Amino acid sequence: MSSSLTKIAGGTVYDPTNGVDGQVRDIWIDGAKIVSAPTDPSVRPARTIDARGMVVMPGGIDMHCHIAGPKVNVARRMRPEEKREAAPVVRTRTTHSGTMGSVPSTFATGYKYAGMGYTTAFDAAIPPLAARHVHAEFADTPCLDKGFYVVVGNNHYLMQAIRDQEPERVRAFLGWVLSATKGFAPKMVNPGGVEVWKQQQAGNVSGLDSVVEHFDVTPRQIIRGITQAAHEIGLPHPVHLHCNNLGMPGNWSTTLETMKTLSEFGGHLTHIQFHSYGGSDGDESTFGSEVAQLAAYVNAHPNLTVDVGQVLFGPTTSMTGDGPLGYYLSNVYGTKWFSAEIEMEAGCGIAPIEYKQKSVINALQWAIGLEWYLLVEDPWRVVMSTDHPNGGSFLAYPQIIRLLMDRTYRRDVMKTLPPQVRERSSLWDLEREYTLAEICIITRSGPARILGLNHKGHLAPGADADVTVYTPDANVQTMFELPRFVIHAGRVIAEQGDLREPGFGKTLHVAPQYDRDVESDIARWFETYNSIRFRNYPVGEEYLAEHEVVACRRT
Amino acid sequence: MCDDIVVVLADSAQAESGIAQAEHACELGQRWFFDVPAAELPTCTIAAQPATTADGIEHAAQLLFKSRYPLIYGMRHASCETQQAATSLADWLGACIDTPTSLHHGPWGVSFQGVGEVTSSLGEVANRGDLLIFWGVDPVTTHPRHFERYSVEPKGMFVPRGRADRTLVVVDIEPTPTADAADLFLQVTPGRDFEALWTLRALIAGHQPDADQVLADTGLSRDVWQDLVDRMKQARFGVMFFGTGLALTRGRHLNTEALLAVVRDMNAHTRFVAKSMRGSGNVAGADNVLAWRTGYAFAVNLAHGYPRFNPGEYTANEILTRGEADAVLLVGCDMDEDLTPAARQDLASVPHIVIGHRPTAEAASATVAFQTSVPGIHTGGTAYRMDEIPLPLRPAVASTLPSQLEILAAIERRVRELQAAGDAAS
Ligand SMILES: [Zn+2]
Repeated sequence: MSSSLTKIAGGTVYDPTNGVDGQVRDIWIDGAKIVSAPTDPSVRPARTIDARGMVVMPGGIDMHCHIAGPKVNVARRMRPEEKREAAPVVRTRTTHSGTMGSVPSTFATGYKYAGMGYTTAFDAAIPPLAARHVHAEFADTPCLDKGFYVVVGNNHYLMQAIRDQEPERVRAFLGWVLSATKGFAPKMVNPGGVEVWKQQQAGNVSGLDSVVEHFDVTPRQIIRGITQAAHEIGLPHPVHLHCNNLGMPGNWSTTLETMKTLSEFGGHLTHIQFHSYGGSDGDESTFGSEVAQLAAYVNAHPNLTVDVGQVLFGPTTSMTGDGPLGYYLSNVYGTKWFSAEIEMEAGCGIAPIEYKQKSVINALQWAIGLEWYLLVEDPWRVVMSTDHPNGGSFLAYPQIIRLLMDRTYRRDVMKTLPPQVRERSSLWDLEREYTLAEICIITRSGPARILGLNHKGHLAPGADADVTVYTPDANVQTMFELPRFVIHAGRVIAEQGDLREPGFGKTLHVAPQYDRDVESDIARWFETYNSIRFRNYPVGEEYLAEHEVVACRRT
Repeated sequence: MCDDIVVVLADSAQAESGIAQAEHACELGQRWFFDVPAAELPTCTIAAQPATTADGIEHAAQLLFKSRYPLIYGMRHASCETQQAATSLADWLGACIDTPTSLHHGPWGVSFQGVGEVTSSLGEVANRGDLLIFWGVDPVTTHPRHFERYSVEPKGMFVPRGRADRTLVVVDIEPTPTADAADLFLQVTPGRDFEALWTLRALIAGHQPDADQVLADTGLSRDVWQDLVDRMKQARFGVMFFGTGLALTRGRHLNTEALLAVVRDMNAHTRFVAKSMRGSGNVAGADNVLAWRTGYAFAVNLAHGYPRFNPGEYTANEILTRGEADAVLLVGCDMDEDLTPAARQDLASVPHIVIGHRPTAEAASATVAFQTSVPGIHTGGTAYRMDEIPLPLRPAVASTLPSQLEILAAIERRVRELQAAGDAAS
């Protein structure tokens, strides 16, 4: 009896969510979902993928990258020089062409993720006013299920409601703005600091208790107010936080204070590598790692999670919603600089940068990122990211996997770095090597759990049929660079680097309940200060092709 | 582009457009809403003879499929969705694709690649801008509601008294209606914007360029420029508006680069942003769509199977005047504004397809012409405001005509069929 089923037969399966650690199993797929093996032995699959001797994992999930939206698109336009150097993506009869460099075009982005075995990605910083743009770009980004985080940490309405101690207004606005933008999670980027940057030359907040003028709130109050509201709403990924003072020597103390504030309710700290620096401003010789004590705090607080924001050596583009950071970096590097303030809610900074192997600071940043992977004891609470393209391209993930799984390789690279790296970080002494199961956790199962995506990151019946099949290789970088098969929503989209049947994927968003009575208050505020009309702000259903509302957690 | 227009529909056939009133619309907007094509024109013509849409699509697809150097151009009066379809078609064809950016704001696009840009959405100007400098632009004429909605008059968060809290400076080569409204008008020698802006850079950095030289170069004394620099440094949030007055005169991209550099330099002293004044339609949307699909905002050649960018070589007017293209597809093009007289003339001798909503002389000479419904009046979609904020278009009335997107999608489908058949045969 034939069927519509696909069978991935005889692979060595890693499915840590369900306690499967390298056992030989068959995986059955029907349509876009994983299903149980048919009970009737006469049922034959329509297609069998022979995975004997191969490694089978859920599709990869990038929970923090910058792949769509106005700042990504500006960066594409601003950096033609990179595209001359990078091999382009060439059109076929069924796939579109594109350009690479640190900020690939949309089709190129989707194809390259797929080619690497990733099937889901989240853009990490979208101003609500740009949500419409992002959905349009997503419609041109194939091969991936996608969502985005909505920046709220410098939103005027929220800052006022927090100042006025009206948590119900904070809650309602958060619910409204996520629904209006069809976003996935609230994101805070340098809470309070971007607003100060808009108000004064080189403006920023200096720590959690700096007061944001005119709004009379502090970063600590913003973080606490929004985190509390997000948990009360029960969002699947309640809060995603880019701390204050990113990249500044000595910023670890701000980060520790932030962790203490966040741990009251729990939350996710992103690109933590950039927030773990010792030393003092203006004295390079004091710059060093403070991962040990920050990781200890995370280890002791199970409601905190991090992604790393690993730095790789080479040129890239920095792009951030953190306006003052863009100004700082463009001055450090003396490069071209783009900055854009978005009314009432956000900022943006873009600058070409380069991480140099010879630079003590850059080499330490590289080491600090790796320390984070190795010092967080529970792999379910640390996630692989390069903060693409800020620390490096997402295409570097296989290289990072090798650095984590192969201590000898890691030390060989360290030998090429300035000797200060060994003195001012603990990396040389860390013996830990990741197992394949742990790699599976930090690249798919863990981010799925942190994002509240119950149907992703694992291979039990009911899960999305996103599966990657790898050919084992002594060099794990090679293994992870070129999967044998990549299956997305039940379809084989790539085989050994060649694209097969790329679909467009679905948009993942939330639609939380909120107090509709507050809408008129929001509308009044909106019409007073915004340059567009209130009714033109929400993104309509027509901007979504295939999409899925991810349910809120029970509160 | 304004997003507060209230369209009042006509009860009957009293108005040809089906629209009785467009409240809040300026004179340019009124023309947009009421100057819609007459209903009796044919939906499709082939060599100026009425034809069915299906025949037109077949003819257009064959023409593009057989072409060795196809050019797709325009998309000013087109939604982003239409622009996406046009870019997709260009990729399958290996065509050149270009937009009116290349003719108008292209030099800005090039200088932006050199120095970047410090900018903001228009609402930031309305809420914070206390020094507004209009450099070589005349919004009172070209963007009639700019003062009222975005720049001079709004009572903003940090400028609660509106106009009274703002200083308005105009720099131009001659008096304009905008200059009449200014607190300070600086009349520079024509063609000397670069020298004027470079003088500002020197003064901002604390240098004292030779006074006689400054006067000779710019037509204004060093003291006048120093006074402007003092005002700029005293501002809390300064804004420099600029446009084609800089981009299309002597110096071109060097002028806009100088202005962007001035604004960047000013951020070492206070907050300052640059705002380019885009013209009508959705050219900013086309910049974005082309950029996300190809990596480049305009002047893209896909002939090698991947995008390449080269203004001057892959820009439509130059391609036409050099006689390189052997088939041209114009989508939502403003024939007068988007084509130089020379290019218009050369277009007549090249087979070309016009997809548009206005009857034009060019459509009459077209190999195939499609009369479509009007984006924003009959069909929805997305358009970008000049500050790159995407807004939804809300159709007000129904139309029996096909949309630009429907025509393009049908041509794209047919071209891909022809390509597949060609592959199978070879
Ligand atoms: Zn990021």
